[in-house]
Amino acid sequence: MGVGITVEHVNAFYGKTQALFDINLVFQANHATALIGPSGCGKSTFIRCLNRMHETIPDARVEGTVRIGDLSVYNGTSATQLRRRVGMVFQKANPFPTMSIYDNVASGLKLNGFRNRKQLDEVVERSLNSAALWDEVKDHLHKKSGASLSGGQQQRLCIARALAVQPEVLLMDEPCSALDPISTGKIEDLIFQLKEQYTIVIVTHNMQQAARVAEFTGFFLLGKMIEFDKTEKVFRKPSDKRTEDYVTGRFG
Amino acid sequence: MRTRFQQEMEELREKLLRMGGLAELAVDRACQAYSERDLTRCRLVLENESLINVAEREIDERAFDILATQQPAAVDLRFILAVTKINSDLERVGDQAVNIAERVMDMIELPAADLPVDIPRMATAVGAMVRRALESFVDGKAELAQAVLEMDHVVDRMRDEAFIMLVRTMNERPQVTQQALDALLVARNLERVADHATNIAEDVIFWVLGADVRHHALAAAQPPDRPERQEQ
Repeated sequence: MGVGITVEHVNAFYGKTQALFDINLVFQANHATALIGPSGCGKSTFIRCLNRMHETIPDARVEGTVRIGDLSVYNGTSATQLRRRVGMVFQKANPFPTMSIYDNVASGLKLNGFRNRKQLDEVVERSLNSAALWDEVKDHLHKKSGASLSGGQQQRLCIARALAVQPEVLLMDEPCSALDPISTGKIEDLIFQLKEQYTIVIVTHNMQQAARVAEFTGFFLLGKMIEFDKTEKVFRKPSDKRTEDYVTGRFG
Repeated sequence: MRTRFQQEMEELREKLLRMGGLAELAVDRACQAYSERDLTRCRLVLENESLINVAEREIDERAFDILATQQPAAVDLRFILAVTKINSDLERVGDQAVNIAERVMDMIELPAADLPVDIPRMATAVGAMVRRALESFVDGKAELAQAVLEMDHVVDRMRDEAFIMLVRTMNERPQVTQQALDALLVARNLERVADHATNIAEDVIFWVLGADVRHHALAAAQPPDRPERQEQ
């Protein structure tokens, strides 16, 4: 099951440049929350702070508190331990190109020393089913590589790979931006189903997508969280004029 | 800034205003025709109804196109929803003007009768409601729309008084029953025009404040948390 995420006084820096300013947020368990905002507003930086992906960037640092369920992200938890509980899907599907479909999904578990073949088979099937990909790939799990799939299938494969380690939170950074409308629809349906089991945070530039899949929406601008509310409120009658100007296309 | 989108919204607004002008003119003409027993004005109202109907369809099509292609949100979405509903109300206002003109045409064929009802006064009040409702749309002013809602009670009272007096006239002077019945129907048509003006005002409040004040849910109307929009 998903767990809630609590973010308190988070500030993020790239060297001397501050990218996020005092972000405070609570993500509800088993709900999808969309983060929207113009390019460079800090939404991707923020989502990376939730699983410490910013640590891959030299000079990047984060201050503040992030708790995922009972796990304190910045207080002694190892990155490996954290990412077992927090899966991530990126803008561009990134399956391991030389691995089969099966091995792509099983890679996370194998990396953690999981070797029982029967159980691996079960996890792979369950994960591919959860990602709505099983029916399309079940006949060539070992024959085809992840890279041989279509863009939409590759993205669902990456979702299956993220789900295989049974995380509690799924972070999605513009997961549909490179996909056609049919594939986008499948991923959106998937997000809708997955939030019964996972807490989902999705960064998107597509505001209609935010409106379709998320119960809550946060609007970022210039590194600040301007508004966070129920999605219908944000798209019907936002409280802040800057949010309204953004969702109506008056800037951004 | 979505320039094309803003242009389309502005064109939609202008089309609705033109239609509002046609509907307002139709009611004015019908009421003048009543006061002056003027057959020519009655015919003008009937002839111009088709212009209102054409305008209604054009506005609906334009709104449909914008919804389908531009996916408006927030104040823009509320604006388009309000426009489609106001459009429908204005078309009904045109229908009521036609009903009044038809009653007047009937009355003109009968001997003039002195009736204890001040239809011109009621027409003035109703005309003011329509005008203010349209002004509130032009300026995006919720307080002006609110004033229209309050005027509706005055017109309702006028209609009730007219009914009482005209029914009494029918009982006391049966020879003018037909004229009294026509006047009664005109009073009812005017009261319906006032209802449509009220609906328009409610839609303006929805657009500007995002508040649903229909069916006397006035408590739901929240004061604006920022200056009202002047653009659109």
